[in-house]
Amino acid sequence: MSIEKPSSPTEIGVTDDGLDYDALAELLGGHVLDRESHVNAEGFVIRPDEVQEVLSTLKTEAGFDHCACVTAQEYDDRYESIYHLRKYDDPTQELSIVVPSPKDDPHNQSAARVYDTADWHEREAYDLVGIDYDDHPDLRRILLPDTWQGHPLSQDYDQSQPQIVTLRENANPLQEDRRSEDDPDTMFVNIGPHHPATHGVLHVKTVLDGEQVADIDPDIGYLHRCEEQMCEHGTYRHQIMPYPDRWDYSGAGIINEWAYARAAEDLVGIDVPEYAQVIRTMSAELCRITGHMLALGTFALDVFGDFTAVFQYAFRDREVVQSILEDLTGQRLMFNYLRLGGVAWDLPEPREEFFEKTRDFLDDLPYKLEEYHDLITGNEIFQMRCVDTGILTPEQAKAHGATGPVARASGVDYDLRRDDPYGYYDELDWNVVTESGCDNFSRVLVRMREVEESARIIEQCVDLLEQWPEDDREIQANVPRTLRPDPDKEIYRAVEGAKGELGIYIRSDGTDKPARFKIRSPCFSNLQTLPELAQGEYIPDMVASLGSLDIILGEVDR
Amino acid sequence: MSSDQTPPAVNDVSTQEARMGEGTDDRFNSTLREAFGSTPFILTKFDQFMNWVRGSSMFMLQFGIACCSIEMISTYAIKHDLDRFGAGIPRASPRQADVIVIPGTIVSKFAPRMKRVYDQMPEPKFVISMGSCTISGGPFQEGYNVVKGAEEIIPVDIHVPGCPPRPEALVYGVAKLQERIANGESSPVTVKPYELEQFGDLNQDELVQHLADEIDEDELVMRYNWEDSP
Ligand code: SF4
Repeated sequence: MSIEKPSSPTEIGVTDDGLDYDALAELLGGHVLDRESHVNAEGFVIRPDEVQEVLSTLKTEAGFDHCACVTAQEYDDRYESIYHLRKYDDPTQELSIVVPSPKDDPHNQSAARVYDTADWHEREAYDLVGIDYDDHPDLRRILLPDTWQGHPLSQDYDQSQPQIVTLRENANPLQEDRRSEDDPDTMFVNIGPHHPATHGVLHVKTVLDGEQVADIDPDIGYLHRCEEQMCEHGTYRHQIMPYPDRWDYSGAGIINEWAYARAAEDLVGIDVPEYAQVIRTMSAELCRITGHMLALGTFALDVFGDFTAVFQYAFRDREVVQSILEDLTGQRLMFNYLRLGGVAWDLPEPREEFFEKTRDFLDDLPYKLEEYHDLITGNEIFQMRCVDTGILTPEQAKAHGATGPVARASGVDYDLRRDDPYGYYDELDWNVVTESGCDNFSRVLVRMREVEESARIIEQCVDLLEQWPEDDREIQANVPRTLRPDPDKEIYRAVEGAKGELGIYIRSDGTDKPARFKIRSPCFSNLQTLPELAQGEYIPDMVASLGSLDIILGEVDR
Repeated sequence: MSSDQTPPAVNDVSTQEARMGEGTDDRFNSTLREAFGSTPFILTKFDQFMNWVRGSSMFMLQFGIACCSIEMISTYAIKHDLDRFGAGIPRASPRQADVIVIPGTIVSKFAPRMKRVYDQMPEPKFVISMGSCTISGGPFQEGYNVVKGAEEIIPVDIHVPGCPPRPEALVYGVAKLQERIANGESSPVTVKPYELEQFGDLNQDELVQHLADEIDEDELVMRYNWEDSP
C-alpha cells in the first residue's frame, strides 16, 4: 500500500514486535535506577546529574533522535521532568526518561546540549513548575513576564497574589558588537507583539545589520492563557473537550480534540466504534483543509502585502469548508464535536444533502487549487521571494523537534497518521507529502499538496459513510458517566495536527480530573527553528519565513 | 440640458419641483436632493454632522489576539465583507485607526501592550470587544494569567458576546456602534482597575519592595491585584 514506509536499519532494542526495553536498559547499564511503565512506553528513572550522558547515549546509539516533549510536574515528595523520546523513523518506538529532583532544591542537568528543542521546553518547565536546569544555555522565563512571582503549576502557588508586569524598552543585545569599521552598528527592531506579520501576538526581537538579520529572538507568552491549568481543573468526560478547540484555532479544532480524545481513550481503555472513527477522520481532514487555507491566505498576505486576491480566495474556500463543518457540528470554529468514545452526534439529516455538499466542495477543489498554483506557486515574483530563502536543513529540523509540514518540507518523512496510525487512516489510500527544498517555497507547496491528499481522504470517507449499513451506525462507545482512571497512570499520545505532532501527556491520580495535563504543541517546537531560518536573511524574508512556519499563537503559548 | 425643452413656468412650481420636475436632467434627482428639499444646503449642528461622518467611515485597527481574530478576519473577508458597512479595510497602525476590535483573551503580559496600542490611537476612538474573553475572561476566567475582560484595561463601547461570535454578530456589533456614534453617544464610564503607572508611584508593599532591584523607579508597570478581580 502507498502508506508503507521503508524500513530503517536495526538499532539497539528494536525487534519485530516493538521495543525491547531490557536491551535499552542494558545499554544504559547502571544509569537506570528504576523502571516505570507508562501506558505508551516504559520510563527509565535516572539520576538528575546524568541527564546529558544518558540522553546522548540514547540519541547516538539507540537512535532516539526526536525529543518530542519535556513534561515537568511536582509531586508531594519530589519534582520530576520527563523527556518523551521517540524516533523520526518510527514514532511508535518510544521511551520516557524520568528525572526526579529534590523537593527543596529542584534542579537537574539540562538536556539542551543534546536536543536543541529541550531549550525552550526546559525554559517552560522552569517558568511554570519551577525546576532549575543546570548548564542550560539561557534559563529565563518564557511564557510569563520576567517580573512574575512564583511558578503557577507548582503546588504552593497562590493565584490571588498580586503581580507587577513591566512595559519596558527592549535593549539591543548586539549593541556592543561592532560589526565592521565602516559599518559600526546594528539596529534593533521590535516586531510585534502587535504587528500584522506576526499572525497574532508574537514578539520578535530582531537585530539588523544593514538589512540583514543579525540576531533574532522570538519572545512568546502574549497569549498564555493557562490551558494546562484549565484542563487540570476539568473532568475527563466533558469539561476538557472544549479547550482543545482553542489551541490551534485556525479551524483545525477537531484534530486538537482528537489529540485529547486519543490520549484519554488510551488511558482508560475505550474502544471507539469504527463508524465514529470514519466520521472523525473525515472531519479532521476537513479541519486540516481549513487550517491550511488560513496558512496559505495569511502567507500570501505576508508576501504580497495586501488583502488581495489570494487572501480573499483562500477565505472564500475556507468559508465553504466551515459551512460543511457547521452543518456537521453546529459551530463554525469551536466545534466541540468529539466525545470520549466517539462523536457527539451522527451526520446531519438529510444525509444525502450533506454528502452532496461535501462532494461539491471536493469536485471544485482541483480547479481552485489550480488557480492557487497560478497565483502563487507559478508566480515568478513569488518564486523569487520564496525559493531558497529560509533554509531549514533536515538535521536542524530534527534537532529542534520540528514536525508537520515544516519538517516534511525539509524532507523529514514523518507523519503520525501513517507512522503511528489511529482513526481510520490506515484503511484508506493516501500519501504523505514531502518536499526536499527545505525553503519557504517548499513549506507552502507541502501545505497545498496536503490539501489534495486530505481531499482524497475525505472522498473515501464520504463513500464509506454513504454505504454504511443503517443499523450499524454506532457513534459512541459505552463510556461511564464519570471517568476515574486508576491512580498514577501516565500516558503520552500524539496525533498529526494541522501543524505537526500534537501530543498530550496525562497523569491520573484516581480522581475524575487529571493530575497533570501537558500539551506538546507543534507550533511551539516549529517556532524554535525561526533563528535558523532567519539568520543572515533579509528582513522581508524573515517575515516570509515566519509566515511559512504557520504558527498559531494560541498553540505556541497555550 | 437640451434646447428644445421649454423652461418650466417659474410662478407655478416650487423651487424643488423646478429642480426635480419633468424635463430636467434626472441624473441630478438623487434621493439626497429629494431629502434636502428646495435648497442644496443642509442645516445641522456641526457636531451632529461630524458624528454622522464618523459613524459612516470607520477605520478599523488590524489587531488580532486569539481565536476570535480568525472570525474577525472572516468578517473582513469575502463572504461577510465588512467594507459594505463603511467599516473599511483594517489599518495596520494605531495612529491611523479610530476603532479597535479586541478579538481575544487578554493575558497579563499583553495587557500593558494593548493599553499602549489603545493610547496611540487618535481621539475620538471607539472600542468593540469581541468574544466572551473580552467580557469576562471567557472560558479562561479562572486562569492565573488571564485578565478578566477588556474593561479592566480600557473603556469599551460595544460588547459582542460569543465564543467566538459569528461574523454576523460582529457585523451587528459594528452597526450598533455606528448607530451610537451617529447619535453622539459617548462610551460608558468604566472602572479601570489596571492602569499603566510608574513603578515609583506604586504603594510600597512587600511585592514592590521585593521587585525594587529589578525595576527602575520611572519604568511603566501594570499592577494586577487578582484578589479584586471580578
Ligand atoms: S471568546 Fe472564545 S473564541 Fe474568542 S478568544 Fe476567547 S476563547 Fe477564543
